[in-house]
Amino acid sequence: MSWYLTVPLVLPFLTAVFAFLTRFGPAGRWISVIGNVAMLLAASMLMAKVLDQGVIAGQMGGWAAPFGITLVADYLSAVMVVITAITALAVSVYALGDINDRKEHLGYHALFNVLIGGVAGSFLTGDLFNLYVWFEVMLISSFGLLVLGGTKEQVDGGVRYVTLNLISTILFLSGIGLLYGMTGTLNMADIARSLPELENQGLVTVIAVMFMVAFGVKAAVFPLFFWLPASYHTPAFAVSAVFAGLLTKVGVYALIRMFTLVFNADTDFTHTILLWVAALTMITGVLGAAAHNDIRKILSFHIVSQIGYMIMGLALLTPLAMVGAVFYLVHHIIVKANLLLITGVIERTAGSTELAKIGGLYKTAPLLAVLFFIPAFSLAGFPPLSGFWAKYVLVSAALEDNAWVIAAVALLVGLLTIFSMTKIWAEAFWKPHPEGVDPVLEAIDPARRWAFLLPIAALAMLTLVIGFFPQTFVAFAEMAAAQLLDPSDYMAAVLGEGA
Amino acid sequence: MEALLALTIGVLVATAVYLMLARNILRFIFGLVLFSNAANLTIFVSGRVTVGAPPLIPVGADAPVGDVANALPQALVLTAIVIGFGLFAFALVLMFRAYSSLGTLYSDEMRVAEPREGGKT
Repeated sequence: MSWYLTVPLVLPFLTAVFAFLTRFGPAGRWISVIGNVAMLLAASMLMAKVLDQGVIAGQMGGWAAPFGITLVADYLSAVMVVITAITALAVSVYALGDINDRKEHLGYHALFNVLIGGVAGSFLTGDLFNLYVWFEVMLISSFGLLVLGGTKEQVDGGVRYVTLNLISTILFLSGIGLLYGMTGTLNMADIARSLPELENQGLVTVIAVMFMVAFGVKAAVFPLFFWLPASYHTPAFAVSAVFAGLLTKVGVYALIRMFTLVFNADTDFTHTILLWVAALTMITGVLGAAAHNDIRKILSFHIVSQIGYMIMGLALLTPLAMVGAVFYLVHHIIVKANLLLITGVIERTAGSTELAKIGGLYKTAPLLAVLFFIPAFSLAGFPPLSGFWAKYVLVSAALEDNAWVIAAVALLVGLLTIFSMTKIWAEAFWKPHPEGVDPVLEAIDPARRWAFLLPIAALAMLTLVIGFFPQTFVAFAEMAAAQLLDPSDYMAAVLGEGA
Repeated sequence: MEALLALTIGVLVATAVYLMLARNILRFIFGLVLFSNAANLTIFVSGRVTVGAPPLIPVGADAPVGDVANALPQALVLTAIVIGFGLFAFALVLMFRAYSSLGTLYSDEMRVAEPREGGKT
């Protein structure tokens, strides 16, 4: 049974090794694509297994929990691994055109696949210290990807990214140490079982807040988000896309996991903080987006504001709100990665990502306009695209819970999101190009053009599918949410029956 | 012994925070090193500081006999030290690159990625 859990972890690292050995030829980039096809297959098999059997757990090395490292996949973990594989495949195809030879020689494909392995590991582990190790795997490869190329902007953005993420890592590590000191175990299910028996519940809440800050930096929530808009617009577009799609979402996933499974005792305190954080994250993010005039910077601030919606679902902690959070998480990864991939094509056809310097794409590159329209207005929450359903579920959950303020904030932020999306639409697509040139897609040579457009079209299709058949996805999110709110299945799978 | 170690951790964290508040990023990463050592010590103390025999399992038995020291925190701290060393090495090289290409070590003078209004860097 544990093969289903280990293969999605081993594959990216194998791919990375082979891609590194072949980095001086064209074979490296194709190995990356093939490896990610295999990863998608493995992830789908894991998903099928989880849908068939419920939570599955594997004890590594045959050491029974809680003594060994446990890998666990419940509905949320499984869907996150699948969506990671989809994003990774899309970006690895896009990288065929986007990444130049110099970056390939420096080992881009190897770093990229190690990053995917780290992300998948974070989703699958059931052990707190192991989660720290996966975070580090992810972090060190993302450092490499961020500064690969070594321009001044990248080094500057890198300093901010590296320093803040290192602080968060150390806080996380201290939190693990304290939690281990109180419970004597590192297995998340075992910690969840033994925490309610402790006398000093106040100290548990203190540690909970420590984890909140550590994961809050990773997830880029208010007021810990400022490393994100300082760095995400500097690396290659493929790197921006995979960062925007996956990295902050690992932080959100860790928050959801810890604050449903482990820290669920003093929710009046912890989840009230989360609710405020969610509201402020949404507002600051969207205001930042409204103030900027570079497409990548606008999209970076949008990541921040969208994270707020997911945290809002977690903070309300009702079944419907958790459905919204899970649905939002899945929808957002696809849409956000796609938008940054499209930004890369805009830069290559129109010559810049700064709105003042580009225009005319609607007339001369209508295909690109359509492809941009789908994820952009899905993100803004236009019916019937996927973002509409995600926001609809969250806002109705807030209204059901009589949380009027957060519902109003969510609606207002949705409105402002539309404002900054129409800003990109009007400037880049409608207005004529300021230098009078006609940006056409044919300016990119055909092989690379297809490498760009294929993954973009595929992700846009996925957005449409989620938008037109939301019942299936909401039904799945309901199962995932039910599992998160009642972790008894999870604990039974990890610790054996009768736990 | 616990009290002494707890005080040491406190002093380390205080020094680290003081250093990390500096605008000079070199001082910042020195603070970071102290901070990560404080975290390592926290894990070590969390495993309880005891005077015990080494945790060796006699031939034929499944568990060690009598009071033995807790072996797990050492494994955790060792892992954390190795990872921390790697990250510190990367951060140090990055700071060096930042100094050679941006010409400053002061974080508020690094404005290339986020220029001020009006385009002044």
